[in-house]
Amino acid sequence: MSLFAFLGTLEIGLIYGLVALGVYLTFRILDFPDLTVDGSFPMGGAVAATAIIAGVNPWLATLLAIVSGSLCGLVTAFLAVRCGILHLLASILTMIAAFSVNIRIMGRPNIALLGEPTIFTPFEQSGFDQLHVHLAVVFLLVSLSAFFIIRLLSSDFGLGLRATGVNDRMVAAQGGNIGFFTYFGLALSNGFVGFAGALFAQSNSFADVTSGVGTIVVGLAAVILGQTLMSGTRIWVAVVAVIVGSILYRLAVAFALSSGMFGMQASDLNLITAALVAIALIAPKMKGKFRLKTAKG
Amino acid sequence: MRRLVSILFAEIQDVVGVKYDLDIAILLNNSIFISEETMKGLKTLTLFSTVALLVFSSATVFAQTYKVAVSQIVEHPALDATRQGLLDGLKAKGFEEGKNLEFTFQTAQGNPAIAVQIAKQFVGAKPDVLVGIATPTAQALVASTKTIPVIFTAVTDPLGAKLVKNLEKPEGNVTGLSDLAPVAQHVELMQVIVPGLTTIGVVYNPGEANAVSAIELLKSAAKEKNLKVIEATALKSADVQGAARIIASKVQVIYAPVDNTIASAIDALVGVCNQAKIPVVGGSTSFVKSGAVASLGFDYYQVGLQTADYVEAVLNGKAISEIPVSFAKGSDLFLNLKAAESLGITLSESMLQRATNLKK
Repeated sequence: MSLFAFLGTLEIGLIYGLVALGVYLTFRILDFPDLTVDGSFPMGGAVAATAIIAGVNPWLATLLAIVSGSLCGLVTAFLAVRCGILHLLASILTMIAAFSVNIRIMGRPNIALLGEPTIFTPFEQSGFDQLHVHLAVVFLLVSLSAFFIIRLLSSDFGLGLRATGVNDRMVAAQGGNIGFFTYFGLALSNGFVGFAGALFAQSNSFADVTSGVGTIVVGLAAVILGQTLMSGTRIWVAVVAVIVGSILYRLAVAFALSSGMFGMQASDLNLITAALVAIALIAPKMKGKFRLKTAKG
Repeated sequence: MRRLVSILFAEIQDVVGVKYDLDIAILLNNSIFISEETMKGLKTLTLFSTVALLVFSSATVFAQTYKVAVSQIVEHPALDATRQGLLDGLKAKGFEEGKNLEFTFQTAQGNPAIAVQIAKQFVGAKPDVLVGIATPTAQALVASTKTIPVIFTAVTDPLGAKLVKNLEKPEGNVTGLSDLAPVAQHVELMQVIVPGLTTIGVVYNPGEANAVSAIELLKSAAKEKNLKVIEATALKSADVQGAARIIASKVQVIYAPVDNTIASAIDALVGVCNQAKIPVVGGSTSFVKSGAVASLGFDYYQVGLQTADYVEAVLNGKAISEIPVSFAKGSDLFLNLKAAESLGITLSESMLQRATNLKK
């Protein structure tokens, strides 16, 4: 893998790290299997791109993208909490509806941002290499997001949020509002995913409705991969782990892409990616088993 | 072995960077051994790799090998034909894979995020020409490099996709071939095949930029001729059959546009139309093989061959600004006699004579 490809992979990994943070919040913290992300990711891109084309400041456009993602989360929460639809189905409904909404927002399936101002433009004009600038800005934004989540989950409010996923009856008994925590958690989670969509669109100069396909799969893989390799009960470890997991997932894809030399063909990509991730998940267990055996023997 | 060495060479280039790249080129071009003076300036790693290169790979480095990297959004017959046409076209021009051409190919399997990763990987490998097949892959390549020439192909609307600002004189490092289908002619063709035509049905994916621009053309062409268009949308290939069923009873003909989703499920679309006894007229000639009655346009293999002209021009050092964007040529009329017969459609003698390909 070339240095350019490596840095590019890191950047995409970090952007999808935001998705992983969102998925971590719903799946792990709230215990709410939320598939909305397949819709809120392209929506973030769609809103940011449409706003930028309309002349809105890129930072404001990104903020709008975060808000639009949060709205998706609120819709899912509304369907689940207020209407009593099974959480999985509620999120699927939002996800498929978002596809149509995204085309409405953009007016067409694909908006190009080549040559348009983005949040990266002012830094690019400073004369640094484009890829380095993108990576630095994305790293900073993802670090800030991670820091925000760690602080939030460590607070008393965050304790309530975490407790909702573990034992909601206890939270209700303590006078906590489970419904509110669900609304808040889903809005926050999908806000991050919308943020990721906005960064993806601006970094790669296009927003495409099909970019949402499989977002949840990537997010889940990142969360599980990260937490398996970096296990720990502390919040900051878990948050860092899911971002690391996202980067590792992208590295697996990158290695799968470079595997042409082993006689693999292009369409084997998904298989190789899956195999690499599976190996990463199994390897630590094998090591543990091996140790156990030697200790016994 | 050669391949291994060239990979090693690429890796070393990446580690040491551009400056070293130049050093080694000078060294090799002059075919001299490393002088005392140069050696001082080089690090241990450089020394090691230089020796390794001189020993193993002098032949690889001296022989001019052209590197062409192709990124394709998804694998389906039309786009695969484009790629094959490109490969064969390059071979006809003296660029043969395994001899003087290193042809790298990746498909994003329909996922734009992977298209971006492929773009980064390709740009990092510094090929001579990058080729993007279909819109998102081309955009991902263009966003990743401002220096390596990018040739796009099978992109319907290059201006809308912002790949170029000027079709005649592309200003950056990007030019290519548009596959805008002659939709107005398709409407005329449907009128010929179905006498007294009033309603056209169309199935397409609203998520695909290529298809949406084709449908806009279809609507305006139909409006001019006072024809009604009934749309059905399919978000993925599995939905095509259902979408076709919904409109099949309300229309006299179904138009299959140049759409990656439809192309993947063309057999399902034709199957539904056969049950409903209505013909399918295709935007891509490859549809006729699957049972569409007629189609007018270009074979995607031809698109690939025409793309090879672009790649050749760039490999021969022509400036991008001197290679205007063009629209894929070809007015091949493909007719499927068997399908026409089973639907009770009589094709006129003049049509049969005009046809470039008859499937019996």
